[in-house]
Amino acid sequence: MAEAGAVTETIGQAATQARVTEARRFWRVFMSRSLVRIGMVIIVALIITAIFAPILAPYDPYAQDLSQTLANPNTKHWLGTDSLGRDTLSRIIYGSRTSLMVGLVAVVVAAAIGMTLGLIAGYYGGWINPIIMRFVDGLLAFPMILLALAVAALLGGGIRNVIIALGVSLVPVYARLMCGQALTVKENDYVTAARAIGASNARIMLVHVLPNCFPPLIVLMTMMMGMAILAEAGLSFLGLGIKPPGAAWGAMVSDGYQLLLTNPILAFAPGVAIMLTVFAFNMVGDGLRDALDPRLRGTL
Amino acid sequence: MAALLTVKGLQTHFNTDRGIVKAVDGVSYHIDPGETVGVVGESGCGKSVTQLSVLQLIPSPPGKTVGGEVVFEGRNILEYEANGAQMREIRGGKIAMIFQEPMTSLNPVLTIGRQLTEMMELHQGMGKAEARARAIELLGMVGIPDGAKRIDNYPHQFSGGMRQRVMIAMALSCSPKIVIADEPTTALDVTTQAQLLELMQNMMRRLGSSLVMVTHNLGVVARYANRIYVMYAGRIVESGDAKEIFGHPKHPYTIGLLSCVPRLDECGKKERKLVPIQGMPPALINMPKTCAFLPRCAYRTARCEQEVWPELRPVADRHYVRCFDDIGQANVCK
Amino acid sequence: MSANETILEVNDLKMYFPVTKGLLGKKVADVKAVDGVSFQLSRGETLGLVGESGCGKTTTGRCVLRIYRPTSGTIIFDHDEISNLSENEFRPYRKKISFIFQDPFSSLDPRQSAGSIVGEPLKVHHLVKSRAEYKERVEELFRMVGLDPMMANRVPHEFSGGQRQRIGIARALACDPSLIVCDEPISALDVSIQAQIINLLEELQAGNKELSYLFIAHDLAVVRHISDRVAVMYLGRIVEMTDSNELYQNPLHPYTRALLSAVPIADPAVEEKRERIILKGEVPSPLNPPSGCHFHLRCQLASPECSEAAPQLKDVGNGHKVACLKV
Repeated sequence: MAEAGAVTETIGQAATQARVTEARRFWRVFMSRSLVRIGMVIIVALIITAIFAPILAPYDPYAQDLSQTLANPNTKHWLGTDSLGRDTLSRIIYGSRTSLMVGLVAVVVAAAIGMTLGLIAGYYGGWINPIIMRFVDGLLAFPMILLALAVAALLGGGIRNVIIALGVSLVPVYARLMCGQALTVKENDYVTAARAIGASNARIMLVHVLPNCFPPLIVLMTMMMGMAILAEAGLSFLGLGIKPPGAAWGAMVSDGYQLLLTNPILAFAPGVAIMLTVFAFNMVGDGLRDALDPRLRGTL
Repeated sequence: MAALLTVKGLQTHFNTDRGIVKAVDGVSYHIDPGETVGVVGESGCGKSVTQLSVLQLIPSPPGKTVGGEVVFEGRNILEYEANGAQMREIRGGKIAMIFQEPMTSLNPVLTIGRQLTEMMELHQGMGKAEARARAIELLGMVGIPDGAKRIDNYPHQFSGGMRQRVMIAMALSCSPKIVIADEPTTALDVTTQAQLLELMQNMMRRLGSSLVMVTHNLGVVARYANRIYVMYAGRIVESGDAKEIFGHPKHPYTIGLLSCVPRLDECGKKERKLVPIQGMPPALINMPKTCAFLPRCAYRTARCEQEVWPELRPVADRHYVRCFDDIGQANVCK
Repeated sequence: MSANETILEVNDLKMYFPVTKGLLGKKVADVKAVDGVSFQLSRGETLGLVGESGCGKTTTGRCVLRIYRPTSGTIIFDHDEISNLSENEFRPYRKKISFIFQDPFSSLDPRQSAGSIVGEPLKVHHLVKSRAEYKERVEELFRMVGLDPMMANRVPHEFSGGQRQRIGIARALACDPSLIVCDEPISALDVSIQAQIINLLEELQAGNKELSYLFIAHDLAVVRHISDRVAVMYLGRIVEMTDSNELYQNPLHPYTRALLSAVPIADPAVEEKRERIILKGEVPSPLNPPSGCHFHLRCQLASPECSEAAPQLKDVGNGHKVACLKV
């Protein structure tokens, strides 16, 4: 609107003189919402927990103590023990390793493949675009869990196969977003300028198009971390994920679920861990989206 | 002759995290009935914000009109509730506005007819059929052929020039006393610009309305305006009759503007080098008390650096300048 | 090399963009953006290309830059025919044919530093041997366009519009070009900044007599000021081309006259006496241009024969060329 234009005009003038670095603005917007701050705290805590699990965990998560099975929370076992007498808190702490690793690796693998496909499809266009994108659309037609189930059924369970399954099922999301981004970015004059300079296609794609496509993809990666962690828990719950005795939150919910009426803490504790983690990643993703929004650049 | 609209000491500020931007800082002017007034300045000088403030259209936050009054028909309209009934009656009904970008000023999902008749039904209490007939008549008046058919089209079915014609029709639909046109033709080609400006001038004469033309284009103002206000850094730095301003510009900024733009009727680079105004417009935050144009001024003296920026003072009949010195430069273009 | 040597010669250039429909991309029509344009440009000369939006001036410039591959016609640059070269064959010419784009905001990559934007052509064409030489050359380019080399590490949004356009000009000069296609280089800038950029372009040419500009703009006053010769385009064709002073003092084509009269002059005393020609209607779509002379539907002088054959650009003396049956 014209009114808004007049305002940005005024503020834009100010921006050129009073110089505020982009990084500072980013942090200010990013940290301005309390939910985002809470999310960041949870994620940082989660990462610390995963790294220092052996130090933080009071017990060996695999050690069975058959004299202490299904103990209620007490001073020795803060969250009680399971049917094999393993300390629930220690298993949740170790489970954070599984969740984070599965989430991170699956998302990075999916992003790498999906972004490459999307970048090529979006940048070259022509006949390449429909070929890649129809394939991707085909993948997208399957629900994520179904696709992961199929892969797990084909390759069997285990952490590696869970990662493959989740990775494959996330590829289309990245490919689509990247393709759309590349289509928009390549219309910018600076891409035309790079061509007129004589830059090669590879250089234009890597130096000019890719970095300018990043912001929404980073947001997506963050949010997908939460989704992947949730999906891993789902697969583990269905028995297709981490093999026992490995500690995984989904498998713990699955185990505890049978004793829901007598020992609800067994299912609730890992459930809350999953919930908090997914919530944290979504909040941080939201915050990133606001902070990276170019329309907000120069304001706040 | 009593002025139709009088603005006194208008101040509009914007809150940003870098400080308060004084976009309009004590602007006073008046509009007489039936005249065309040009408001000239570069982007960021506050010319648009001034007009939006008059109609209380400043988005708040971050903007706020913090001082001054706008007297229209004997009442200070700044006292009205920004979205109250009284202000709405003035907006569109008595003072209409035409914006620069005709695409975003029209709602893309409503037909031209709906948008035209809405105003008339609202402000003049017309019935549906009556408003529609009037809308078709208006489209014809602004040079859109086949109005009866075009009235049911959507904005995207019109070209940029045609959309601006629709905007003019909308602005004129309630026979306003004043039309404020904010860079109405900047986005358009020169021949279309000439068509539309000519149209606006004719319509204004027909309705006897006053036109406020906000633009950075000195040529447009020279061709159509009776009186001119030159704005810089949120203030009026020079005002007067068009012939006087262009013939005997007194403020260094006006002189600078006139000599930095190539003119169609003068020879090329071999004959005259353009004289740019050095530097950039200020950011309007924490401005010093001295003249805002001082850092860029080619005529500055020791006095300018020591004393507070003076108020507008008369230098000739109806010609006011905000400068200490009498910088006598006859037509710079000769 | 003599000053009058032709650096660029464009003959009967056509650029049609297909309009496709349906899944299979069936071609249903052509947008005739450029429809038979011919002109010559000498070394050290500035040719202005003016016209309203959609007249094909930008497309013509982009064909010369080989951003588009022309549909037909020839482009001869420094004795070599370049219109049909492949991207790899054309790459060496990109050092010699440079460009400045209109929008100083979108023509600079927001994530690159000013220094690496200016230095990119040097890297792409391997024109520097060492890191030190690269840095030195970039600093030299910054100084040439009046920017402080200390600012090389900043990103574009930290610069004002005028400074950004200076970065664009520095990039254009990086490979020491002999032709710069300037596509509306000042129209996005504030009036007080425009003069700085115009003067910079003039100074650069004064410092290098071999530098030619193809100056594309819609602002006739600016084009008159900077150009030696001017070509006026309407709907994909050149309708008039001559020395810039001659064009303004003695316009012959009815469209040129209307265009000139539409530009207001910043002097009410002059304005009072000027003739105003207000054109009827709007520019027709290049998808379906009128037959014969593209201007005949809006022309005051039009007669039936104007709609039959397209008038050729003919010399009426002193290199003043007009495409009109009535002249």
